[in-house]
Amino acid sequence: MAFIKNILDNMKPTFSEGGKLSAFGSLFDAMETFFYVPNETSKAYGAHIHDAIDSKRGIFFVIIAMIPAILFGMWNIGQLHYAAINEESSLVLNFLYGLGVMLPKIIVSYAVGLGIEIAIAQVKKEEVHEGFFVTGMLIPLIVPVNCPLWIMAIATAFATVFAKEVFGGTGMNIFNPALVTRAFLFFAYPAMMSGDKVWVNQNYMDSIVGPSADAYTMATPLGQLGAGEAVSYDAMDTIIGTIPGSIGETSFVAIMIGAVILIWAGIASWKIIVSTFVGGALLAYVCTPEVAGFEWWEHLTVGGFAFGAVFMATDPVTACRTECGKYIYGFFIGALAIIVRAFNPGYPEGMMMAILMGNLVAPLIDYCFVQSNINKRLNRAK
Amino acid sequence: MSQLFSKENKEAFFGPLGANNPVAVQVLGICSALAVTAQLGPAVVMGLSVTVIVAMANVIISLLRKTVPNRIRIIVQLVVVAALVTIVSQILKAFAYDVSVQLSVYIGLIITNCILMGRLEAFAMQNGPWESFLDGIGNGLGYAWVLIAVAFFRELFGAGTLFGFPVVPDALYDLGYINCGIMLTPVAALVLVGCIIWVMKIREEKAAKK
Repeated sequence: MAFIKNILDNMKPTFSEGGKLSAFGSLFDAMETFFYVPNETSKAYGAHIHDAIDSKRGIFFVIIAMIPAILFGMWNIGQLHYAAINEESSLVLNFLYGLGVMLPKIIVSYAVGLGIEIAIAQVKKEEVHEGFFVTGMLIPLIVPVNCPLWIMAIATAFATVFAKEVFGGTGMNIFNPALVTRAFLFFAYPAMMSGDKVWVNQNYMDSIVGPSADAYTMATPLGQLGAGEAVSYDAMDTIIGTIPGSIGETSFVAIMIGAVILIWAGIASWKIIVSTFVGGALLAYVCTPEVAGFEWWEHLTVGGFAFGAVFMATDPVTACRTECGKYIYGFFIGALAIIVRAFNPGYPEGMMMAILMGNLVAPLIDYCFVQSNINKRLNRAK
Repeated sequence: MSQLFSKENKEAFFGPLGANNPVAVQVLGICSALAVTAQLGPAVVMGLSVTVIVAMANVIISLLRKTVPNRIRIIVQLVVVAALVTIVSQILKAFAYDVSVQLSVYIGLIITNCILMGRLEAFAMQNGPWESFLDGIGNGLGYAWVLIAVAFFRELFGAGTLFGFPVVPDALYDLGYINCGIMLTPVAALVLVGCIIWVMKIREEKAAKK
């Protein structure tokens, strides 16, 4: 690995202030800190406690935790494709087809998002923040497989600028940028984000320019429920994830593996994940299957519920920061998602709205807990 | 002539178009900017109506300014504005019925437009009729250009048309281009007004540095 360090050290003067390529200084800085921990330490003013794991390494764990969902999503794209065209296929073939469809989405999402971040960092003379590494991976996982690339690029650009940079970049945003991307897609291009044509890739070009008029149709479980049809998938399908849906959200098992990694590494708060599931389960139980359509536990395995609870609601920037607040925040999101599913026929899936709503009230929840703690202490001092 | 176009008068006219824009800098009249800008046609009509009404109201109030008792001035201003709005609304109904249906209540709601009361209180009550007229025209056009800019982008990207005529070529639709539905909602208008404010702020900062 020493040779990477040598290359970086040799290149450094070219990119520093006054060097030939100083216009790309932010890009170089991002690459350097991506490979190596910076050798500058905080100056000795006051007390600093440094964790060994900085935000770049923390973000790496999130990507590792997403790998099971990514791999399963790729396999599932291939599996549904070969089923749609009635051809035999193998595990490897399914996977390779999925890789071919997925890779352009990942590249577009990173290229657009990081491009904007680097440009803004260069203008504002700041470091490139690492937050987009996770956002850029989440975006391809929460869109339908047939979402055209140019639409994804527009939505990514919108979210990066208006959900993140206008608030001051990573760590300052109110809403989760990946979810804003999805919300933008949902409201701007509803035909590409819902219905029954977008979930199965029949033709490779579908994933680049959008589904053709005679696209193969297949509805998601929640789509069928919203349309008042009988759900044609059994519980085992929804747990393993061999069903149509946004790329990363279908497999409950793969997402739970990710959840274990995140909790083990101490990146995501188990309080948020658990309370989201409790909130969802409780509401679905209270609503009863007659109203909500599914048994209470089935609600947790279909749609984006598990993915949202594990990867979206736990975003440390937009979630509650107070420990008690995290329980309320998670419960609120889980309960709201099921309420939308059960009582709003316009939106078969409520997880996206519920988390954005949770992001909105998180500072308020924090404020209440901080304030009650202050009052408690003031009373003690009397 | 030189007195008619003195430096102060030029400032009264050109200020609201740029550095002192009623929508982008003073953030007034935002509600109607969100409501009528889904299409270019209604936005142009709305902009012109407000321009005419502000200019006329400014002149009338400026002529009355010395005779109106201070305690009832707001009521007098309201009566003048309401009369002008009614006239404009009737003219639109007579000569441009389709547009007046599209604009529906928003023509009537010009009465409550903050720009009007703001200009009457802040300018017409202290200045002569000619200055007030220039100020009214300037503020009206300052409001109108923001509306037209927002409506241009909303109609172009939201519906693929301008003034109702399709401008996005069919070939592009065949390639898979889709109109952006969010542009037709007021959300997009708020974002676009935000972008205009953003650009104005950058220009203001640059001008302040010089």
